[in-house]
Amino acid sequence: MSSNGQVSGEFFLSGDEACAEGALAAGCRFFAGYPITPATEIAEHMSERLPEVGGTYIQMEDELASMAAVLGAAWGGAKAMTATSGPGFSLMMENIGLGVMLETPCVVVDIQRAGPSTGLPTLTGQGDMMQARWGSHGPYSIIALSPSSPQEIFDLTIKAFNLSEKYRVPVLLMSEEAIGHMYEKVMIPPWEKIEVYPRRKPKVPPQEYLPFVPDDDMVPPMAIAGEGFKFHVTGLTHDERGYPVMTPEAQDKLVRRLVDKIEKNRADIIEVEENGIDGAEVVVCSYGISARVSAIAIEKARASGIRVGLLRLITAWPFPTERVREVARNIKTFIVPEINYGQMVFEVERAAAGRAETVLVPHMGGAVHDPQTILDAIKQAVK
Amino acid sequence: MADKYEIRLCGYGGQGIILAGFIIGQAATVYEHRHAVFTQDYGPEARGGACRADVIISGDPVLYPYVDTPAVLVAMSQEAYGKYIPRVRKDTLVIYDEDLVKPDLDAKGRMLSMPARKIALAIGRIAVANVVMLGFFTAATKALSTDAVKQSILTAVPKATGKLNMSAFEEGYAAAMKLGAGR
Repeated sequence: MSSNGQVSGEFFLSGDEACAEGALAAGCRFFAGYPITPATEIAEHMSERLPEVGGTYIQMEDELASMAAVLGAAWGGAKAMTATSGPGFSLMMENIGLGVMLETPCVVVDIQRAGPSTGLPTLTGQGDMMQARWGSHGPYSIIALSPSSPQEIFDLTIKAFNLSEKYRVPVLLMSEEAIGHMYEKVMIPPWEKIEVYPRRKPKVPPQEYLPFVPDDDMVPPMAIAGEGFKFHVTGLTHDERGYPVMTPEAQDKLVRRLVDKIEKNRADIIEVEENGIDGAEVVVCSYGISARVSAIAIEKARASGIRVGLLRLITAWPFPTERVREVARNIKTFIVPEINYGQMVFEVERAAAGRAETVLVPHMGGAVHDPQTILDAIKQAVK
Repeated sequence: MADKYEIRLCGYGGQGIILAGFIIGQAATVYEHRHAVFTQDYGPEARGGACRADVIISGDPVLYPYVDTPAVLVAMSQEAYGKYIPRVRKDTLVIYDEDLVKPDLDAKGRMLSMPARKIALAIGRIAVANVVMLGFFTAATKALSTDAVKQSILTAVPKATGKLNMSAFEEGYAAAMKLGAGR
């Protein structure tokens, strides 16, 4: 570690630790959170490391306050993050919606465990994927990423910060206990080699600044409290000055832009990993730990002569509808293994629009799939 | 994936089983520049109860991170031995502490008993039994270089205990050589 708290090189880290290091490398200097298994190690690591890089760590009284503090820190100019698991994620939902409405860049990490409710606190799950998309009230769009390894959780935490700054939206990092508590080699590049998207500050003088006038990509520049720009932000429907306007017209204009700034930039946001899709009869569409478990089933299926590919969702939201639809034209079946009783499978089914059959391979949580169950589904599909 | 080497360490919470798994994984990745994945039984029990650490070492990135039947099983408690001995192969090397495990004579695997607990007590700290076992494991399996494991131990234990842990490692290593278990 250098004197300014930077670390780089090769490390053997858990997913949780790699997430924290990714955040620091991306410029995160504020963390507010409430400990919860299996995300506690992120808070622990941040509490040790943030003071070393001149940042601030606050343990809050609960997850409602944590999310509120993160939004406040972002408006104060910091790159800010919190980390939690299912029960805490539920509590954060209201203020995540406030973050969407105020267009506040920040990162929320959910290390998923098996639910509902307190469920299996120490064991893995993927049951919060739809909550990530729709958990807060009202119409909105959001970005959510799903890493499959400690290295990728490091990389995607940086990407999450960059997307949150670029699109001024809370970005959700949807990982799971299986990755959070898994240790692997993580390469941390020298920080100066890491691409970091800066805060979109106003390009006009303070007297001309209107806080919600968007740039061409529909995202408005963001002033920071204390730098001479006067602004007002509210969860109420507001106009370009940031003041409440209680009309359907103002609502229409604002909500369309909040959704469109994400949906019309889908090509820039969405990332998937593909393997062996050309010529495949069956494609396994999965994410996170389940994509890794699928890989061994795919290997075995290929060994027995089945043409099967993998489509791994790195971006869960916005969902890669266009690509899934395209793949659906040329295959017979999508197999969707996930550690819940069916969530992302509904998106696959919607995108496939009847062009390919969609088969869920569910697991209720507490462990990962036995690869054999995925292999059986692949074999069944080509019968 | 023929070059995959799967290791399972088990015992009871508080023995440093999880730390030993971390040390092996870190030795393979950071100090030998290979790939490794380390997973553990993660439960609410901090002490007592069977605990498990699984490490897979490979020349290539490991896709499937879980161990089914390991190449090596290290057992440091009867309960954990009983739990994991049904999941070994004929050629699995089973290393166990002679004071803590009474082996099942009908079990599969090549049994190798060793005195980690006795050696640790002789050194004066029962807490280093896990590192004694690491020394024995390193000599008996040659899965990792001695240097890599030692470096990994030194970065994983409190600085003040470095010397103690090094002698624990050496004693464990020597015990394996004496038994003719060193390869």
